Amino acid sequence: MLQEMFGQPLEDYLSVGLSHYLVLSAVLFCMGVFVMATKRNAIGVLIGVEMVLNAVNLNLVAFSRYHEHSRLDGQVMALFIIVLAAAGAAVGVAIAMNYFKNHASIDVDRGAELYG
Amino acid sequence: MENGKWKMENTGGLPPRVQRASRPFSIFHFPFSIALMLAVVVVLLTCAPTAQAAETGVPQAESGMLEGIFFYVFAIGTLVSGLMICAAKNVVRMAVWLFFVLGSVAMLYFVLGANFLAAIQLIVYAGGTLILLIFGVMLTNKSPWFRLNVDLREYFAAAAVGGVLLVTLVAAILMTWPMTFPPEPNQAPGFTVGELGTSLLTTYLVPFEVVSVLLLVVMIGAAYLARQES
Amino acid sequence: MNRMSVPWTPRDPVKLNPLSAAIAAVAKVIYTILRAILPRSMFRLFTVSFLVFLASLGGIVVLVFATTLLFGFVDHQLIEASTNGPETGFAGAPLTVAEIAAGLEAHGVWCVGLLQYWFWPLQYAIVRDLTIALGIFVFALITPAFAIWWERKSAGRIQSRPGPMRVGNWHGWAQPPADGIKLLSKEDLVPDDADGPLFRIAPYIVYTPVMIAFVALPFGSYWVLRNLDIGLLLILAMLGIEVIGVIVAGWASHSKWAVYGGMREACQMVSYEIPMGMALLIPVMCVGSLSLVEIGNVQAGGWFTWLVFRNPFTFGAALVYFIASLASCKRAPFDLPEGESELVAGFLTEYSGFRWALFFFAEYTAMFVVAGLMVILFLGGWNSPFPASWGAGLGDGVIGRAIKGVIFSGPIWFIAKSYFMIFVQIWIRWTLPRIRIDQVLYACVQVMLPLVMLILLGNTFWELIPSTSLFFRMVGWILGAIGAVLAISFLIVAARGFINRRQEVGYLAIDLAPGG
Repeated sequence: MLQEMFGQPLEDYLSVGLSHYLVLSAVLFCMGVFVMATKRNAIGVLIGVEMVLNAVNLNLVAFSRYHEHSRLDGQVMALFIIVLAAAGAAVGVAIAMNYFKNHASIDVDRGAELYG
Repeated sequence: MENGKWKMENTGGLPPRVQRASRPFSIFHFPFSIALMLAVVVVLLTCAPTAQAAETGVPQAESGMLEGIFFYVFAIGTLVSGLMICAAKNVVRMAVWLFFVLGSVAMLYFVLGANFLAAIQLIVYAGGTLILLIFGVMLTNKSPWFRLNVDLREYFAAAAVGGVLLVTLVAAILMTWPMTFPPEPNQAPGFTVGELGTSLLTTYLVPFEVVSVLLLVVMIGAAYLARQES
Repeated sequence: MNRMSVPWTPRDPVKLNPLSAAIAAVAKVIYTILRAILPRSMFRLFTVSFLVFLASLGGIVVLVFATTLLFGFVDHQLIEASTNGPETGFAGAPLTVAEIAAGLEAHGVWCVGLLQYWFWPLQYAIVRDLTIALGIFVFALITPAFAIWWERKSAGRIQSRPGPMRVGNWHGWAQPPADGIKLLSKEDLVPDDADGPLFRIAPYIVYTPVMIAFVALPFGSYWVLRNLDIGLLLILAMLGIEVIGVIVAGWASHSKWAVYGGMREACQMVSYEIPMGMALLIPVMCVGSLSLVEIGNVQAGGWFTWLVFRNPFTFGAALVYFIASLASCKRAPFDLPEGESELVAGFLTEYSGFRWALFFFAEYTAMFVVAGLMVILFLGGWNSPFPASWGAGLGDGVIGRAIKGVIFSGPIWFIAKSYFMIFVQIWIRWTLPRIRIDQVLYACVQVMLPLVMLILLGNTFWELIPSTSLFFRMVGWILGAIGAVLAISFLIVAARGFINRRQEVGYLAIDLAPGG
């Protein structure tokens, strides 16, 4: 399989296929997961969430372009995801601001009052 | 002033920013800005399909290769900006790199022929959600140089989880390699904004209405959560 | 004679740097040549610099028209080549040099041997696109210069003074280039506390989207770089990205005036995007397409078919869009973030020299884009007030197309109307006082948003009336008549003001002028 992947002429690499987009979206998704896991700032976590959602959108739109039948559905789903991401970010920022008012810091590791 | 440099004098406590070497503007600013604009416009030109050429019947050069080049350019842009988000220590810089991620992904949508979605991505995501995030950063910031000191073990754990996820996903994609490479894309995107709108009102009517109600709820909720207790 | 002449102080000889001295020497040569050739009366009216200016304007118009003819010729050749045979030229190009030469000779062009090689790269779409993009960029660079000059002259006249009069010897027309050269030679100052990379990149985040908007902005029916089916959305997106640049600029300057200015600015721009977007939906609803070229083509039937006169709701939508676009461009009366008396200079406090110039270029270019959008969506776009059907008999030859372009529909009308809308923006800025930030937000959320929602609702129901019915068209005629009356009265007042311009200057300019 490696021979098949790396033995192609240049034009084949420049003609971009579905898997190129899928790999890119997977890498972006994992980078978003990394950001969500490591950043202690609440807004940093939200930025990670936005990266993840963008990766998902890219995946959906790539499928809608490269699949013979369902061409419209991927884009409509991506549209809804964009809207929902905006809604989620709004609520997340509101919560972060409330947290900041109560704790005077936005470090999510310090929000441990509910720990039993 | 001597040799074009300010000398350190006993100025009785002037702020340090005055005692720096003064240099005129680099002459590269002007052509640099023009080149930047031209580059962006060239990219937009080649990505967005032209309806004029389709009407007049002028034959176009083979565009598959150009599409590939632009995919690689914007994919590298997305990955580099994403890496800088992971590596940034300052939340404002993270937000600016997120702007570049959003812009690169929008350009990728143009390359994929999803014009409407690219414009919506720029309007809603870059011109709405990102501004919300930046406002959130600035309203909850104690100092602009607040560094997030993360434990190194957390980094390794997160990198391990992310790495495993990445390997799994890429393996799954590459195992279906013959099916998805080389491509047979539908040459012209085919459907118009009108069809998208019609489908929103016919096939996807229920999700559309649900999302409208959800947006209303989110507006009220966010305004309530962020209110001033007076 | 009752012409009041204001005496000027004599000018001292100025020491010039080498570049300016070279330009001055060339101008002096042209001056002596023209003075020898031209008759005395004409030479008294105009000066050399103004003649050069006018000649270059005319040259640009001719060049642009010639380019359209040239590209039409190349398109024709490409179609012929694709139908005639699969022979390929150098590097696999569809058109060979021989075919180009044959086509040129068929059109009776002389000097074919030289031209055939120059025309060969034009067969590639990307070369043609780059040429057009370069032309549009040159226009987009000249527009702020002209708008800055016009703003200073109009501001002067509104304030009973003549405005710039010296630089360039005819009403200070060379003031903007002179200002640009001065700004380029200033020190490259970055504050020590500022976030260096963000500080440097912020002007480009503000400027680049405005230039990208020109890709989708049509100057005429076929005069658009890319006839995107979502052209309007692209321009809206570009106007929305500017906000990020403003916030980053304010933040990166790390000074309290800059941060407050940036936040207020972003707040105002983002909140006014909502009435702006909703008001832009109304012509889209009337036409049924987001494509700007189609919206412009719908209004080709005479001034009463312009969308602003279509029904009372579109009239209101035009006004709402205009006011919201003023706020989006940070123009007075919404220029609190830039208010010099309030926040030093708002988010621009720490910017000097070329970066400051970039911000202002972006502002004036955005003014043109926003005015252009208003012209296309509401004021008939590139169509003249005369219906296009009157010019159908002129035919498609070169002369016919030129006449149709000047009289009936062409880029000249679009540019003239956009510059008129820019003038209205300037006029409002120097007439109305600035309003506070809470009044700004009150006006947006509690006045304009409900108003535009009602207009949207009303227009939705109005569009259910069939557009060919007599009632529909009569409303258009009545509103068109009102609009014509307003326009003609404006022209009469302006003409009267122009004829009596020396008396209108007022005592401030006469008593307190230099030497007076």
